[in-house]
Amino acid sequence: MIKLKAIRTLPVILLTITMSLILNSQAFAQNFGDSIFILPRMTVLIFLVIFSSAVLLYTKWAKAGKELFVRKIAGIDAVEDAVGRATEMGKPVLFIPGISDVDEIETIAGISILGRVARITAQYETPLLVPVRYPMVLAASQEVTEQAYIEMGKADSYDKDTVRYVAGEQFAFTATVNGMMMREQPAACIYMGGFFAESLLLAETGNAAGAIQIAGTARPEQLPFFIAACDFTLMGEELYAASSYLSHEPLLLGGLKGQDFVKIILVLIILVGTFLVTFDIGDWYLNLFNIP
Amino acid sequence: MRTTVPLIIAFLVGTLLVVSFFINPERIFIGDAKDVVLQWMTIVGGFALVLGVVSIVRVNARAVKRKSEGWFFKLMTIISVFAMAIPAMLPVSKNSVGGSIFYSIFPDSWMPLLGTSSSSIYDWLFNYVDAPMMETMFAMLAFYIASAAYRAFRARSAEATLLLLTATLVMLWRVPMGEAFLRLFSENLPGYINTYVMGGFNVAVQRGIIIGAALGAASMSLRIILGIERTYMGK
Repeated sequence: MIKLKAIRTLPVILLTITMSLILNSQAFAQNFGDSIFILPRMTVLIFLVIFSSAVLLYTKWAKAGKELFVRKIAGIDAVEDAVGRATEMGKPVLFIPGISDVDEIETIAGISILGRVARITAQYETPLLVPVRYPMVLAASQEVTEQAYIEMGKADSYDKDTVRYVAGEQFAFTATVNGMMMREQPAACIYMGGFFAESLLLAETGNAAGAIQIAGTARPEQLPFFIAACDFTLMGEELYAASSYLSHEPLLLGGLKGQDFVKIILVLIILVGTFLVTFDIGDWYLNLFNIP
Repeated sequence: MRTTVPLIIAFLVGTLLVVSFFINPERIFIGDAKDVVLQWMTIVGGFALVLGVVSIVRVNARAVKRKSEGWFFKLMTIISVFAMAIPAMLPVSKNSVGGSIFYSIFPDSWMPLLGTSSSSIYDWLFNYVDAPMMETMFAMLAFYIASAAYRAFRARSAEATLLLLTATLVMLWRVPMGEAFLRLFSENLPGYINTYVMGGFNVAVQRGIIIGAALGAASMSLRIILGIERTYMGK
């Protein structure tokens, strides 16, 4: 099966390398300032085309009803259990969509997951607390949460202050949320999005409050802190897969499969590069990925 | 309508920004799209700040009104918001229309206290109240790291023991006394830790996560631009 997939990907890789060579040779021959297109960036364009094609193809297959296998992600499965626990204990669920602004894709991923979590809390009528650091995240999160309550037929249960602006300063935000955790004693703390130095301060306090904790971030430097202090941690790409995974919609899962296909291509490209550089014949190959 | 319009905007803006990455800004204005959109975002963010202030005041005022637990601290929060904001926003000279009206009512001696200059109320509150509190919170991280490390490094299994040993070596290598201790065993030991543990295993794993995360981000962006993913709108 893997062999078959590898054979299928071979023409794509050859096409990529050939086109990159042609375009890059033109780019180096021309002056960067004269061209309408930034030709040295064409390698990115080729990858973009391959990537988009793979995602769209798998989405199309998913739409047509093809069964797509997506591995189980324990951290995402635990979200429903965590909300269930909070419901049984009669305690709130605390959700933080990161501390970055809405222009970060991690925050968008966090807000998307918030929508799914809000549906579950609306269904069980479990209190939800969502402290945010930026006003634009506040507006987006309020919209998503309210929509989730409306779609679950629980518009009356929605409290406008479920999502609340806390502070613009990183550690003022952390201090407020830590205080909130110790006062409200949430049964579940969910951290999904971009986090920085406050990650451990939040997760350790949640641990001290006795909450079940699920974290997800794409920042490798914060992952060890979450792994040490949380019960489940979504690493890197799992954060972006979470909203699709929680939705159980085949159409969204198709995108995840397309992403996996591109990962196979990247692994092959890295292996080829490693081989060429090891034998000191890889300078031309490295130049393909030297994007200005 | 509530779904279609945002989807169209997401598609147009997303496509424009992708295209602008490949366009030379010196030849076609589209190449500057990213900078322009970032400026728009700053402006929209400025207006959205009002939403934040309304939210913080409403949540805390409700608690103060009900005299719920810790109401005094919530009152202090509301006072702090306005104590920082109002003096910073008031005019610092008579040159503007607002400034001339303001200083016809209040004395000129208030001038240096307003705005955000080094003698202002805002600056004093920032330097002597806000910054020390932020630094205190950050400093607490050291204690949190110790308690988290205690749990993470317990040798409960073979993997955890390996983690404990590796962490011990790395921590020793990071402090001069520990490095001197390691050199007692082998002069090259700190160099090996640097090359193989930090530059080898650590970097390899981090790059794996970064590549996966970048693909995940690109895939999600694509799904949003094409309208496949609508979860960010609560759909």
